[in-house]
Amino acid sequence: MSSTSVVPVAEGLFILEGGEPYLIGSQCTSCGVVAFPRQTSCPRCTTLEVAERRLARRGRLWSWTIQCFPPKSPPYAVADADDFEPYGVGYVELPGEVRVEARLTVADPEQLRIGMPMELTLVPAPGAEDTGAVTYAFAPAIEADL
Amino acid sequence: MSVGIIGIGMHPFGRHPGVSGLQMAATAARAALKDAGVSWEEIDFAAGGSDAAGNADTSVAALGLTGVPFINVKNGCATGGSALTTAHAMLSAGSAELALVVGFDKHPPGAFNPIPEDWGLGSWYGETGLMLTTQFFAMKIQRYMSEHGVSTSSLAKVAAKAFRNGALCDTAWRRTPLSEEQILGSRMVNHPLTQYMFCSPGEGAVALVLARGVRLREARDRAVYLRSVAFRTRRFGTFEVFSPSVAIESAPSPTSEAAAAAFESAGVGPEDVDIAQLQDTESGAEIMHLAETGLCQHGEQERLIQSGATEIGGSLPVNTDGGCLANGEPIGASGLRQVHEVVLQLRGEAGARQAPGPRRVGFTQVYGAPGVSACAVLTR
Repeated sequence: MSSTSVVPVAEGLFILEGGEPYLIGSQCTSCGVVAFPRQTSCPRCTTLEVAERRLARRGRLWSWTIQCFPPKSPPYAVADADDFEPYGVGYVELPGEVRVEARLTVADPEQLRIGMPMELTLVPAPGAEDTGAVTYAFAPAIEADL
Repeated sequence: MSVGIIGIGMHPFGRHPGVSGLQMAATAARAALKDAGVSWEEIDFAAGGSDAAGNADTSVAALGLTGVPFINVKNGCATGGSALTTAHAMLSAGSAELALVVGFDKHPPGAFNPIPEDWGLGSWYGETGLMLTTQFFAMKIQRYMSEHGVSTSSLAKVAAKAFRNGALCDTAWRRTPLSEEQILGSRMVNHPLTQYMFCSPGEGAVALVLARGVRLREARDRAVYLRSVAFRTRRFGTFEVFSPSVAIESAPSPTSEAAAAAFESAGVGPEDVDIAQLQDTESGAEIMHLAETGLCQHGEQERLIQSGATEIGGSLPVNTDGGCLANGEPIGASGLRQVHEVVLQLRGEAGARQAPGPRRVGFTQVYGAPGVSACAVLTR
């Protein structure tokens, strides 16, 4: 996926640099707390002094589930439930930063366990056949890369 | 100043085609007034609400236009708890003598479909399939099971208990007992939770009549005292529904803080509780809320559930009317249903599902998006 072809599902969620995606969060310049997506104030100390921060690309799976039924549309982008395929959802703990909720690239419970290494990637967003949009997701990674 | 509940009323939960939420609210209000032996004209304060079925004070058109001050409440799953808090405060302050609290709702079948912008989130969060309450509860219990040794068997036992208790409750929606095997074998919704481990949005209404002073003393034979009611929103560091990210540092949940405040204000401890109603959006929620409220230690649930301690005949009966699992979740009514059930149990009027032995202290807890909880302590 080249950067020129990417239509993000929303502006300001992630960027591509050197062919690799990064989530864009924010960090409080006072207490250091990291949040995602980017916030305009600190959720802990309430200051307005927050700076944009590119988040780590790898972390460990903190919890997960499989979405087994088609979400209602709206808000889901796909109204037609007939072609629904279950998808994984999880929180990935980015070390020292924050736990980020994301779709997972695998939907097989046998392939998911809490604590496994995960890496950020981009996938076609739901409804991408019409919009061409991509969104972020986490994929199983190699332990040595973490 | 003591505040007590002197009347309770309910419109049965479930599905009621052709009956509006406001009509159910009026039915519940009339039942509560009749139970209290109070006329609507005597009520000098009212509060109530629904999430999706209209303005509570519209029901005065059905009950009678008496000029009563009526505060509409719309506060998600804490709607009932917030209305109760408001009435309790008005009575405690001496600003009213007889109050009516009402909660009702009417939701279409299927999971809720919230609008991201209403929750301060970008539309992408809903479009990409992350905005589902079921996912949150699944991931919370998944993590909890790995940290505190809760088994899948206990998830099934909680649901089986709910449907068994619901079968004994004539106002419940789901009144067919289900075996643990049927629950475990039902359609997977969000791992590790199956279809019958989840409650469904539904319909229903509950009303309560509260009193202080002379009006409470006159009713003391049947009154149940509302010792405290407390509600809290989330702090930084808690894990809540609709969260694109969660902080690594942790803080006590809104349930933990509301429960602690309710116990402190009531002057009783969790060890004094004889009967409890806990938010059971799904099986795991009841398990986690047992410990978050302080009714047991984290990790102690496995033993309590496997030994039957939370059954009607156990040492700490939980959700004796079948909870949300058997009654469904009409958001505005759900929290007050818990109070209704505890009042019945403390009066000893719960019929086939009456918990045996003296039951003096009751406790209720609701939880909902985006991280609110309301808890109450009631005594006979």
